[in-house]
Amino acid sequence: MTQLPASTDKKLGLVVDLDTCVGCQACVTACKGWNDQGYGVPLSDQDPYGADPSGTFLNRVHSYAVQPAEGAAQTVTFPRSCLHCEDAPCVTVCPTGASYKRSEDGIVLVNEDACIGCGLCAWACPYGARELDLAAGVMKKCTLCVDRIYNENLPEEDREPACVRTCPTGARHFGDFADPQSKVSRLSAERGGYALMPEMGTKPVNRYLPPRKKDRPQEASLLAPLLDIKATGFAGWLDRILGKI
Amino acid sequence: MNPAPSVILFTVFSGFGFGFLAFLGLGLVQPAGWAAFALWGIGYAAAVGGLIASTAHLGNPQRALRAFTQWRTSWLSREGWAAVTTLFLLAPVALSDWLGLGWPRQIGWAGAVMCAVTVFTTSMIYTQLRTVPRWNHPVTPALFLGFAATGGAVMAGEPRVAVVFCVILLVVLIAAFRIGDRRFAEVGATLGTATGLGAIGSVTVFEQAHTAGNYLMREMIFVVGRKHAERLRVLALLFSTLVPAALLVLGPGRLWVVGLAVASHLLGALAARWLFFAEAEHVVGLYYGKR
Repeated sequence: MTQLPASTDKKLGLVVDLDTCVGCQACVTACKGWNDQGYGVPLSDQDPYGADPSGTFLNRVHSYAVQPAEGAAQTVTFPRSCLHCEDAPCVTVCPTGASYKRSEDGIVLVNEDACIGCGLCAWACPYGARELDLAAGVMKKCTLCVDRIYNENLPEEDREPACVRTCPTGARHFGDFADPQSKVSRLSAERGGYALMPEMGTKPVNRYLPPRKKDRPQEASLLAPLLDIKATGFAGWLDRILGKI
Repeated sequence: MNPAPSVILFTVFSGFGFGFLAFLGLGLVQPAGWAAFALWGIGYAAAVGGLIASTAHLGNPQRALRAFTQWRTSWLSREGWAAVTTLFLLAPVALSDWLGLGWPRQIGWAGAVMCAVTVFTTSMIYTQLRTVPRWNHPVTPALFLGFAATGGAVMAGEPRVAVVFCVILLVVLIAAFRIGDRRFAEVGATLGTATGLGAIGSVTVFEQAHTAGNYLMREMIFVVGRKHAERLRVLALLFSTLVPAALLVLGPGRLWVVGLAVASHLLGALAARWLFFAEAEHVVGLYYGKR
C-alpha cells in the first residue's frame, strides 16, 4: 500500500561521515556484492566489459571540490544512497503498491513482483536512489540490507548493512534514529548531522556529518624562539665587531 | 528528462483524443450515422492509442493492471481509473449518435467532464514531481488541458470556437515557457544543498562517481538538443495555435482544411511536448554537475 505510515516504530537509517570517508568505493562493491544475490532480482550489468559499460547500483560515491571563501579548497568524497525518507515521494507516486514504507522500521522497499517498471518513483526521488534494472525491468533500491540486519543465521557483528560492515574507515553507521539515545542519534547530534536537499520536503532519515574544520598552516615556525640565538662571550664580541666593519 | 517517444505519443494523443471526445460528448459536434461512427472512432482511437503507447516504456507491461490499485495516493493510478471510466461513460452516447437512438445527452455532458478530469490526472503525474521544478507548477495542468481542448476544438472544425481555444493555448504555452524557465532557481536546489557542503563554500564536481552512464543519467539528465530549443518553441507555438486557427478561419467548412489544421496542431503539440520533457531538469542532475 502506497499510503505512508503516519509514524514508524523505528526509524532505521545510516549516518555517513564525510570527514572520514576516503572514497575507496568499498561500500559500492560490498553493496553490489551482497545485493546481487540476496533480496530480489540480481543487480544486472549491461555490456560490462565492452565500450559502454553500465549497471545497476544502489550506492554511488561521488567526489566534490569545495572552495571556502578563505583558505584552500578541499576534496570531499560523497556516498549517495537511499535516505529512507519519512515523506517518501517515491512511495506515494507508485501506481501498483510495489513501493512501500514499513511501519515497523521505516525501511522503504520495492515488492518486485508487483513492480511494472514505470520508473515514476525514480523520477520522484531527488537523490537518485532508485535505478531501474534493465535486465529484469523492475526498480532496485537500497533495502538497508533487510536480509542481513534481522538475519539470525549471521554472526551478530554481521547484522548490519553490507556498506557499513565493510567500510574500512568507519565512515558509515547504522541504527535507529527514533531512539534519541542510539549511537546514530547521538553521533548526528554531536557532529551536526544534516539532511540532504531539505527544500524537497522529503524528511530524509539518513544524516550526513560535515567534514571537520581543517587546521590552517602555522604562520610562524614553532622553532622561532629557538632560532633567535643571542651569542655571548667571545662569539658575541666577534658578532658585534663583524657587524660594525 | 529523457523525451521518450512512448510518453510523448501517450500524452499528446490521449490528450487530443479526450479533448475531441469532450466536444462530441457535449454535442458541440453532433454527427449522425456513419459520420458519427468515424468521428467517435477517431476520438476513441486517439485516446486508447495514446494509453496503449504509454505501456511501451514499462519494464513489465504484463502487470499493468496492477496500476489500478493505488488510486488513493498515485496520480498515475487515478489516471487509469479516470480514463477507463470516461471511455465507458461515453460509449452509449457514441452508440446513440451512430445508430440514431436519441438517448439522453446528459451522459455525454458527464463524459465531457470526465474527459477534463482524465487530462487533469495525466497532467498531475508530472505536476506532482517536486524533483522537476519546471513541471511542479499549476501552469502544467493548464497546459495539458489547453492542448486537449484546443485539439478537440480544431478537430471539431468550428472556426470561432477553435480560434478562442487557440488564443488561450497560445497564452498558456508562452506562460508555461516563461514560468518554467525560472522555476529551478525559484526552488533553490543547488549542488550546495544537494550535498549539504554549500555551508562550507562553493561546491563543484571533482570527479564523477562512475566513468560511464547509468539509468539516472539516461533517464533524468537530457542535455542533447537544447540548443535548438528557442527555434522549436516558436515552431510549436506557430503550428499548434496560429496555423490551425488561420486555416480554419480562411477555409471554413472544408474537410481537407480541417484535416490540415488538425495535422498542424498535432505537429505543434508533439514539438511542444518534446520540449516539455527535453527542457525539464531533474534535481538529481545536480549530483553529476549537469542539468
